[in-house]
Amino acid sequence: MQFMLLFSRQGKLRLQKWYVPLSDKEKKKITRELVQTVLARKPKMCSFLEWRDLKVVYKRYASLYFCCAVENQDNELITLEIIHRYVELLDKYFGSVCELDIIFNFEKAYFILDEFLLGGEAQETSKKNVLKAIEQADLLQENVDFQTRLFAV
Amino acid sequence: MPAVSKGDGMRGLAVFISDIRNCKSKEAEIKRINKELANIRSKFKGDKALDGYSKKKYVCKLLFIFLLGHDIDFGHMEAVNLLSSNKYTEKQIGYLFISVLVNSNSELIRLINNAIKNDLSSRNPTFMCLALHCIANVGSREMAEAFASEIPRILVAGDTMDSVKQSAALCLLRLYKTSPDLVLMGEWTSRVVHLLNDQHMGVVTAAISLITCLSQKNPDEFKTCVSLAVSRLSRIVSSASTDLQDYTYYFVPAPWLSCKLLRLLQCYPPPEDGAVKGRLVECLETILNKAQEPPKSKKVQHSNAKNAILFEAISLIIHYDSEPNLLVRACNQLGQFLQHRETNLRYLALESMCTLASSEFSHEAVKTHIETVINALKTERDVSVRQRAADLLYAMCDRSNAKQIVAEMLSYLETADYSIREEMVLKVAILAEKYAVDYSWYVDTILNLIRIAGDYVSEEVWYRVIQIVINRDDVQGYAAKTVFEALQAPACHENMVKVGGYILGEFGNLIAGDPRSSPLVQFNLLHSKFHLCSVPTRALLLSAYIKFINLFPETKATIQEVLRCDSQIRNSDVELQQRAVEYLKLSSIASTDVLATVLEEMPPFPERESSILAKLKKKKGPGAISVTELEDSKREGGELNGGSDRGPDTAAMSASNASTPSPSADLLGIRSAAPINAAPAGAGSLLVDVFSEAGPAAPSTAVNDDGFLRFVCKNNGVLFENQLLQIGIKSEYRQNLGRMYLFYGNKTSVQFASFTTNVSCPGELQLNLNVQTKQVEPLVEGGAQIQQVLNIECLTDFSDAPLLNIKFRYGGALQNLTLKLPVTINKFFQPTEMASHDFFQRWKQLSQPQQEAQKIFKANHSMDTEVLKAKLLGLGTALLDNVDPNPENFVCAGVIQTKSQQVGCLLRLEPNAQAQMYRLTLRCSKDSVSQRLCELLAQQF
Repeated sequence: MQFMLLFSRQGKLRLQKWYVPLSDKEKKKITRELVQTVLARKPKMCSFLEWRDLKVVYKRYASLYFCCAVENQDNELITLEIIHRYVELLDKYFGSVCELDIIFNFEKAYFILDEFLLGGEAQETSKKNVLKAIEQADLLQENVDFQTRLFAV
Repeated sequence: MPAVSKGDGMRGLAVFISDIRNCKSKEAEIKRINKELANIRSKFKGDKALDGYSKKKYVCKLLFIFLLGHDIDFGHMEAVNLLSSNKYTEKQIGYLFISVLVNSNSELIRLINNAIKNDLSSRNPTFMCLALHCIANVGSREMAEAFASEIPRILVAGDTMDSVKQSAALCLLRLYKTSPDLVLMGEWTSRVVHLLNDQHMGVVTAAISLITCLSQKNPDEFKTCVSLAVSRLSRIVSSASTDLQDYTYYFVPAPWLSCKLLRLLQCYPPPEDGAVKGRLVECLETILNKAQEPPKSKKVQHSNAKNAILFEAISLIIHYDSEPNLLVRACNQLGQFLQHRETNLRYLALESMCTLASSEFSHEAVKTHIETVINALKTERDVSVRQRAADLLYAMCDRSNAKQIVAEMLSYLETADYSIREEMVLKVAILAEKYAVDYSWYVDTILNLIRIAGDYVSEEVWYRVIQIVINRDDVQGYAAKTVFEALQAPACHENMVKVGGYILGEFGNLIAGDPRSSPLVQFNLLHSKFHLCSVPTRALLLSAYIKFINLFPETKATIQEVLRCDSQIRNSDVELQQRAVEYLKLSSIASTDVLATVLEEMPPFPERESSILAKLKKKKGPGAISVTELEDSKREGGELNGGSDRGPDTAAMSASNASTPSPSADLLGIRSAAPINAAPAGAGSLLVDVFSEAGPAAPSTAVNDDGFLRFVCKNNGVLFENQLLQIGIKSEYRQNLGRMYLFYGNKTSVQFASFTTNVSCPGELQLNLNVQTKQVEPLVEGGAQIQQVLNIECLTDFSDAPLLNIKFRYGGALQNLTLKLPVTINKFFQPTEMASHDFFQRWKQLSQPQQEAQKIFKANHSMDTEVLKAKLLGLGTALLDNVDPNPENFVCAGVIQTKSQQVGCLLRLEPNAQAQMYRLTLRCSKDSVSQRLCELLAQQF
């Protein structure tokens, strides 16, 4: 996968993850172009489109579009399910996720994504294992907080 | 504002985000952001040391601002400080900031790398993972330099936690993609491959991406992965949907891993080991069977995951292209999807069938779906699906269905989306040309194309129709009639005017007999379009007019009138004005004969790769059309235009390959094993194709280092040709000087890079011959030809040939070849005419034994007198008539010019038609020249 973008129906970018080195200028240009293209598509259209020399796979969940750019030989359907699994992970973590959760806890959305995909490839596809890693980290942070407080006393 | 979620809340951050969301305008948002930036800046600069929490909060705010699309130019140092915090969330935010906003400030990279190094050696798996994520996210060269050697060790160490292994595998993959030179697997290779056997499915899932990428680059080193991948796949495919617990996704066992395994196998040919292959075929059959089973869930996720594996399996089946049974089953399965209610599946089925269409085993099976595909082209609501349908029609087209498919594509063009029209036009044009059985159909199709989608008909398309009409005289009359009719439409596309102008200018006479299309009617029709056309079209029309004057003298006055009017002869456009003036003058000064010569019908175009195909390839990028398809159409193209002009030369070359004896060959009989090709040469075929009569064509792939022997008696031709490159030669010699033009033609559509040529005179030759040249441009574009000029000076007589070494990169692979350049001593001959008496006098003078060289040899080629004469003239000597008492014999005389001396040479060739033998005698004023000429010539007859 080359990059993943989350944006709202209004075209506001909510999350961006780039797995190939690009300049900020290029990233902005790609984002603008792609958001426009995807938003212009009608609901019943297919979830794949050829874009530049890449394939774009996207799906809309409520008010958010999840959009991945993959290489030509990559599998479209499995990419669609990558998106779905990520949505499931967010949903499980936040408990019925909505766009606001992602806006206010954007850093968590990034952390969850990093546990699931790394370098643009699936790192761990088990929902349990990904959430376990995130929850462990949350727990660790609480313990550390607890410890420091203890020392501070 | 939502309730603060799990983990740590940062209240200040939430408040700030709320503020931003409440901003009514862009300006208000910028104002709020600037205020926050000023605040953060002052906090960072303040005297009071910030605690970790505040630092984290501010860094996080900066990150948020950056992600909103604003520039951030500070805070990096604070983020780096967070990396060394012992609090996990602070570290985590620090890493996130670095990952998103990395900047190649070298000072900073050093600090970041230090922090990463500490975390990697901390033995704390969560910290190690954070550090690995950061490397994978940034993936810069500096990081590769620092960690590329460390990470493989972490990946394969026995005591590494599974989660760390997963991160390490993908981290390494990212570094390998950025800096492959720094990631050396070497000793780790086998242990990495064995990760495919790991107990933990997550580890296998992560590792397989790395293994696939490494296998693509180093297939041999990683080939042991094939059998491991097959057995892993087999275990997954045969497992019950609950066996893999959380790795089962909507009742589909491990879909991601299955797809990756099937993808990995596509890096390799079918397994050689029968057992492994059998197991794999079983897996593929199971996958195909499962597609027919009723779904275990109605959820789209279930069918998507299942079909993702199915499509990947089909890709593998197509990649192997060796199991007809599986290919046909795949095709039937895709056929079912063509009518599926899910748009996604229809799209993918069309796409996948496109590749199936190119397999000989499934081409016919794909063709049975033609009606469904045509229907998709007409009724699909999504343009990208229609595009796939058009692609598939193009791929499944052959002679049997070309007329139907072209007709459907043409009718679709009338309503097609603008975005795909140009490509559709090219495809229709290619199919029409490739599968044309009768050319009137071809001409009709292209003219329809111009009528329907004139704006999208590129120059290549209409150039091509003209090339074909010019080269085929059976279609010229029809073409003239059809364009004439097409031009009668009140509004017709400018491209139609161009084609019409050109064709009527050449072949208008073929329809002039009909009073409805008499010369004047034709002219008036063309001229009625003139004023609506652009400058280039008008220029073309002016040329058509002058051709009319030649074809139809009765139109001369009318046309001269038109040329003479101010709007032509004083046109502000230089080109138009010049044409008007010149054509007017030409028509009034030149006699009918001169006019007829100047304005003669265009000669046939030399056959070359269809310009349209080149254009389509350019549009699609290299690799879009397979090489075989290209070659196919080239062959078809050749057929279309009545034979390629390259034929004789290549044939000549292969023939001489097959039958050129080695210089040391025995004189009599021993070589009788070699083919004797003495077919009589046709009357008209002199120099160029005398050799082409000989024998069956041998493959011309070998580097023909004696290829230059073909050039002893000629100066121009193709020196070398293979799949990639053609080298042509033109040369001219005067006295002891020569000039040789080398033409390097790139036969592919891909650029040759680092193209260098080097001409050298090995050993003693550098004392005899002086060759100078300039270096050529290092890039040769696809389809382009470049030229190199050699200046040659003969200092003294010589026997060897200069060497031409050519190096270039084609698609990454270095090509290197060395050829002998056909510079031979006879090139410096000056013919000398002399009478019989003089000849015999000089012959006697050159009577020392060393001065004479003689050979008796069997004829290798035709003994036809005319052919022999042509060869001897090509040699450069004067052919003397009435010298030898036996009129069957040939005698020649010449002087070889070198800088240091002149060498007089006399030659006598005595054919014996009955014995199919020759006796060749040379007498020269220098012994070495006699020897050399005799060697060279003995192989020419």
